[in-house]
Amino acid sequence: MSHADDHQGTRRDFLYYATASAGVVVTGAAVWPMVNQMNPSADVLALASIRVDVADVAPGMQLTVLWQGKPVFIRHRTGVEIQEAAAQDAEFDSFPDKNAQNENLGDDALATDENRTLASPEGEGAGAWIVQMGVCTHLGCVPLGDGAGDFGGWFCPCHGSHYDLAGRIRKGPAPRNLPVPPAAFVDGTTIELG
Amino acid sequence: MGGIPHDHYEPKSSGEKWLHSRLPIVGLLYDTLMIPTPKNLNWMWIWGIVLVFTLVLQIATGIVLVMHYVPHVDMAFASVEHIMRDVNGGHMIRYFHMNGASLFFVAVYAHMFRSLYYGSYKAPREVTWIVGMLMYLLMMGTAFMGYVLPWGQMSFHGTAVITGLFGAIPFVGESIQTWLLGASAVGQPALNRFFSLHYLLPFVLLGLTIVHVWAFHTTGNNNPTGVEVRRTSKEEAAKDTLPFWPYFVIKDLFALAVILVVFVAIVGFMPNYLGHPDNYIPANPLATPSHIVPEWYFLPFYAILRAFTADVWLVQIVQFLSFGIIDAKFFGVLAMFGAIAVMALAPWLDTSSVRSGRYRPTFKWWFWLLVIDFIVLMWVGARPAEFPYDWISLVASAYWFAYFLVILPLLGVLEKPNTPPATIEDDFNAHYAPKGEGKAPIAEPAE
Repeated sequence: MSHADDHQGTRRDFLYYATASAGVVVTGAAVWPMVNQMNPSADVLALASIRVDVADVAPGMQLTVLWQGKPVFIRHRTGVEIQEAAAQDAEFDSFPDKNAQNENLGDDALATDENRTLASPEGEGAGAWIVQMGVCTHLGCVPLGDGAGDFGGWFCPCHGSHYDLAGRIRKGPAPRNLPVPPAAFVDGTTIELG
Repeated sequence: MGGIPHDHYEPKSSGEKWLHSRLPIVGLLYDTLMIPTPKNLNWMWIWGIVLVFTLVLQIATGIVLVMHYVPHVDMAFASVEHIMRDVNGGHMIRYFHMNGASLFFVAVYAHMFRSLYYGSYKAPREVTWIVGMLMYLLMMGTAFMGYVLPWGQMSFHGTAVITGLFGAIPFVGESIQTWLLGASAVGQPALNRFFSLHYLLPFVLLGLTIVHVWAFHTTGNNNPTGVEVRRTSKEEAAKDTLPFWPYFVIKDLFALAVILVVFVAIVGFMPNYLGHPDNYIPANPLATPSHIVPEWYFLPFYAILRAFTADVWLVQIVQFLSFGIIDAKFFGVLAMFGAIAVMALAPWLDTSSVRSGRYRPTFKWWFWLLVIDFIVLMWVGARPAEFPYDWISLVASAYWFAYFLVILPLLGVLEKPNTPPATIEDDFNAHYAPKGEGKAPIAEPAE
């Protein structure tokens, strides 16, 4: 092969690569908006925080509210429930998920009853309120409450996940405890979510 | 086409010649319609026509339904009720469309098990089989998204569960789920895009139907003996085959008529028999129906999804070996998609030199066990996830995988098959004695 041919070949090759690269970049630039448009839009992403009036939620009652399109369980536990939930801490070693899954705490908080419950308003004992997402961590069904399941807490009817009184997964296919969203009492009878 | 020698289209009039030299479309249609078809095809070869008919039925009724449907979370349920009560004949159009999905899956399962029994997936028809599996996946996607559109309780929570499957993928699952739904939860964005895709995918299916037909017209049809049509000369090929038109078209249309009698009876007299009453309750994000089950045609794979729970030792071993990346939830998802993947790989897993199950004495038993297994999975998929159903679904799931991954490869080596007839003509004559030999034809066709 002569020197001139080689030279020409190299220029031709360069043009091929340059054209192909430009083609890939242009295709990518054209395809990405088509893919990205399916991600949540600005109005959906807008972080909403809501305030929930829990003045009428007596011990033993559960309120389910919709927050960011998902149900949130707000449960006012009875004295018996608080004692039983604390007693369930003794079975900690057998918990499938030992993390508190509490957005109000650090990532390494353990799944004790104390770490799962909300700081009570003034004048009420610890552990009286528990706030958690009403979305089964298996495939997203809404679990049944009011003492359903083998551990007195919640039970997901879809695939049989049992959660205990502190919303910790104890049995069934769900991998994690029910997540605790950012929540706090802003006054004696109002919880702010988000 | 088909490498099978036969007469091709010859334009005769000057008008035909004029068109043929510019666009040979008449020739293409003629050759497609007149393709030499093995003359021993039995009644299990009718499902292709049934499927084409159903696809056209679904597209026609679907386009009409869209003229009245509103894809909005506040109006979707009401607009479906509007179709049912106010639109002229709307209830029948919707019932046809709704039950058309069931007809579609009855036909596709019969079509698939036909191919599994007669070895239609084996060389040289692997591409036909793979295209068919792609169409099956698309069908499932389309059917699922269509079920979401009425925005009832099952629609809503079914969507949460099915998109939750993608959420089980390690690391990127949650982003994928959010991307699919367009939000962190099921809502307006999901309904809108499912509507768009539910309209699009049937047309993709239509395109793939052409590819599917093209592929098996290139290789020629399989037949109950699994013996290839002789291709040495036109005369020999003609002894093994008959043209598709009119012989098989009329036969297929007769079968379609019989099936439609049953179908129309179901649509007319028991249109909601195959559905769930819960889907006539408007979607409510705050409460999941107490017993959530997919439509009947998804149940076998749903049962496989649920079968692998954290207390199964295989799941525990995999979780340990993958350092916890593959947990029970992801394992179930992998098993469900894997159940379809192993089926797609059947052409390479089946090692037998004999194509048709008719000449494989041991294979027959395993095959019918697979059919029973499929029905058991369908039954157990609708049961609650508790003893003894969890055990039944685990055993049945295990057999599904064992059939494709163990039995098909081993059987080709261990089994001693019978000898298939030398030609299709021989098989045909064994059932229908040629004229002049004075033998009464046997009324029963092959198989």
